[in-house]
Amino acid sequence: MEPREFPQIEQQLAPVFERHGREANQLLQILREVQEIFHFIPPAAITCIAAHLGVPRTRVEGVAGFYSFLSLKPVGEYRILFSDNITDQMQGNPELMRYFCHKLWLEPGKVSEDSLLSVDSTSCTGMCDQGPAALVNGWPLTNLDHERLDLIAELIRGRKPVCDWPPRLFEVKDNIRRSGTLLGEPFAPGAAIKATLARGSAATLLEMEASGLRGRGGAGFSVARKWSMCRASPGEQHYMVCNADEGEPGTFKDRVLLNSYADLVCEGMTVGARIIGATKGFLYLRGEYRYLLNKLEQVLARRRAAGLLGRNILGETGFDFDIEIHLGAGAYICGEESALIESLEGKRGRPRNRPPFPVTHGYLDQPTVVDNVETLACAARIAAQGGEWFAAMGTAQSSGSKILSIAGDCARPGIYEYPFGVTLHEILDDCGAEDSYAVQVSGPSGILVSSKEFGRCISFEDLPTAGAFTVFKRGRDLLQIVQNFAHFFAHESCGFCTPCRVGTQLQKKIVDKIANDHGTVSDLEELKQLGHIMQTMSHCGLGHTAPNPVLDMLKKFPDAYQHKLKDLAFEPAFDLDGALETARNITGRDDTWAHLP
Amino acid sequence: MNEKRKIRLATCSLAGCFGCHMSLLDIDEKLFDLLGMIEFDRTPFTDIKHCGPCDIGIVEGGVSNAENVHVLKEFRKHCKVLVAIGACAITGGVPALRNNIDLWDCFQEVYLYEGGLEGNQIPNDPELPLPFDKVYPVYEVVKVDYFLPGCPPSADTIWKFLTDLIEGREPKLDYEMLRYD
Amino acid sequence: MGAPAMSKTITIDGKNVPFQDGQTIMNAALAAGVYIPHLCHNPQFEPHGSCKLCVVSVNGRNMTSCTMPAAEDMVVANNTPELNSDRKALVQMLFVEGNHICPACEASGNCQLQAAAYYLNMLSPHYTHFYQPRAVDASHPDIFLDLNRCILCELCVRASREVDGKNVFGISGRGIGTRLVVNAASGRLGDTNFAATDKAAHVCPTGTILIKRQGYKIPIGQRTFDHKKISEVQMEPMEPDHE
Repeated sequence: MEPREFPQIEQQLAPVFERHGREANQLLQILREVQEIFHFIPPAAITCIAAHLGVPRTRVEGVAGFYSFLSLKPVGEYRILFSDNITDQMQGNPELMRYFCHKLWLEPGKVSEDSLLSVDSTSCTGMCDQGPAALVNGWPLTNLDHERLDLIAELIRGRKPVCDWPPRLFEVKDNIRRSGTLLGEPFAPGAAIKATLARGSAATLLEMEASGLRGRGGAGFSVARKWSMCRASPGEQHYMVCNADEGEPGTFKDRVLLNSYADLVCEGMTVGARIIGATKGFLYLRGEYRYLLNKLEQVLARRRAAGLLGRNILGETGFDFDIEIHLGAGAYICGEESALIESLEGKRGRPRNRPPFPVTHGYLDQPTVVDNVETLACAARIAAQGGEWFAAMGTAQSSGSKILSIAGDCARPGIYEYPFGVTLHEILDDCGAEDSYAVQVSGPSGILVSSKEFGRCISFEDLPTAGAFTVFKRGRDLLQIVQNFAHFFAHESCGFCTPCRVGTQLQKKIVDKIANDHGTVSDLEELKQLGHIMQTMSHCGLGHTAPNPVLDMLKKFPDAYQHKLKDLAFEPAFDLDGALETARNITGRDDTWAHLP
Repeated sequence: MNEKRKIRLATCSLAGCFGCHMSLLDIDEKLFDLLGMIEFDRTPFTDIKHCGPCDIGIVEGGVSNAENVHVLKEFRKHCKVLVAIGACAITGGVPALRNNIDLWDCFQEVYLYEGGLEGNQIPNDPELPLPFDKVYPVYEVVKVDYFLPGCPPSADTIWKFLTDLIEGREPKLDYEMLRYD
Repeated sequence: MGAPAMSKTITIDGKNVPFQDGQTIMNAALAAGVYIPHLCHNPQFEPHGSCKLCVVSVNGRNMTSCTMPAAEDMVVANNTPELNSDRKALVQMLFVEGNHICPACEASGNCQLQAAAYYLNMLSPHYTHFYQPRAVDASHPDIFLDLNRCILCELCVRASREVDGKNVFGISGRGIGTRLVVNAASGRLGDTNFAATDKAAHVCPTGTILIKRQGYKIPIGQRTFDHKKISEVQMEPMEPDHE
């Protein structure tokens, strides 16, 4: 299907190629721009890019087909993607999307006949504290309501360029509600680098070790160990990567760190680079946070001007390090470090086989450290203020503080920094959550905690978390919440391994079946068996954790699904009467024999 | 010796080709042994139209239309043990090749383009079973107790399976008896 | 340099299996005559690790044996009822994901997906069928490409890249939409430089890539897996013990 001809494609792409060069690593960045120009990736562009980069066409088509924000079929000149995270859903996004579509005579997933507009949903855009949210051509819209959608509809009908829309539509607040040492104390750019240079790399690594700092992305690996392993790995180049692909639904702390604490993050990267011996760093910014790109580029420029990035940093001969920002394009899996590295290399975000691990064979097969945004901010503090200071906070296994992204049923959603060890009770009190029924800690891949467990505490020993903290009050339909998560995983599975690619889909189908009042006890057994297969046979963490919400619900929240179950041992896998609908329409029949009970 | 009550057995073909039934007949002289152990209820061999209470129901063919569902549900209701026999019952089989084709295209091809019948009309007679959008395997519509794959399973396979089942053993197929083609 | 030292060993189901540094569990096992079920693995190409049939339990942790290097002190459980039951579930997933209509497929009897299902005693696909419409591409003069049967093992991708040096095949899409694509703007195999003599034309474990005009040359009943188990065929001459 060739929807349009592109005779001028070479000329049209020339400036894009000019900006990104001929390295195949730039493929994803090139494709992002092509999408912006044409509102899809035309076959002619794929051929042209392949020739320009000297890679097979299949490689380009493979990448173009992988990322949600790229599309092989035309989307509208204006593309509105409503965030379908559970918090956006609770704030009314499904109804708002219907309202908007109805207003503009449009069907979700389709393009308007004049190619002007398309509307669809997308995974969590990281605006849970100020939703309902959406993206228009990649730019975040917050606090949506009917009034705002009316205005947006008007702007689109008037074909007003998105850059000229009223800024209030795009306002993103930090919403920092509780600060600790990481967010609250002043930080002078350069302090951590100076301290590191004065102390020396080996001694700074010892400070990292003394701090007990563990990765904030969820897995909790020791930062000192990761850095020393990378430092000890031989390679032509070492790389320092900041993982800002904050895709876990319900998490938005990195958004705030990058918006208001970018110096701290860059400084952490620079300290790390000094220790592992990297001259090049990448900040992998999720596509949803594209709006932060210019601001971040300004921070980098300012730091270069101040001698905090670039050659001979702070006058230290041979201390060269610079940071390049790479944009993602809508793929949760790229938060997995090896998938992120693949994506940095301009490939499909497919997790690698391990071993070897990135610390020995990462970006371009060279020793690479990938650290979470918050981890790097902590590292900068530790480099400046020492390890013991940091270790004095928190619990035995979890030193320091943790930033939580709190959203859902509470009066004051936003960013909360706590020392590790804080209980859920305490957090719920602080954020003004009343009559809470459950909390999803660390997002869909984390743990669904029931009210009986609110005495548990945030820590690697008890409830480890990457930061998401989504509150559900009594009366919420937990099955609907779990259904939302099941859909999320099915949408985000990379498709590489059988158990995750197929298992997440089967899980989705069965949860849907139960939610649609057709579930039976045997479907529950089926969910457990599927969960077991995904947990034990999958290729990476996505598959391993994809059944978590379902299994937690089955174990802890029988009330959420028991009443939905049919009092039968078996129910058909599909809607029998619905499967006759097509033939009824074709034949015009509506007699008794044209229906099934 | 007590006269053992005969096992009552029913068979039917939904969206299938009766090949599995033919294969059952291919057990040849063992049919006499079989009839010593079982008596038939509804099957194409007896021409009984509706299934009564049975011990074993054997279903050939996939579920392609509304009538198939009525027959299948009747079997499930009346048979203690339900067996799906053959590729069509188990996966949809050859009829499921139509699953790749839009139903409207199927109707057009058959009734509108080919011509001949009643001035090229799509029939809407309630007596005609209304087709599903896809052909489904039996186990997606009712609970199935045993599966006997093959297209068709060979007479020897059917004989082995049935004698195991009738004599109260868990049916077990040797490697060469388990086939999908 | 003498003969490679083979003093290092792992155990698989209690049997001592020697390995060389860098060798995967799978390759050590195959060399020692221990069968580990697999579909996407073929010793002629770079390991891939996507089908997950070859997952084994190593000191209690599940690992993909075709990509995991063997290391001393590994105690591997392979031919256990639990793992074989999970493997059967994976094969069932592949069956419902694609459109595998064995009686209508020329690869029947030579198909490794089918043979793995026989080996694991799969009596039905168990799960709900997806029945996704997928394309059949007959544009090439000598080869059919039937995506209904593709299990995304990427053997053709690897063979075309590593052996033929052509990159005829690639993977696009994501999740359940992941699909095999060919190196042509038209998307048609006939517009690529694929040849029936390519290695990639002869590595498909299912009936996705079929050479034309070869149909039923060998009758059903006389094909590779009609009388031999996949465990025998995939690792001749040794035959493993299994039920």
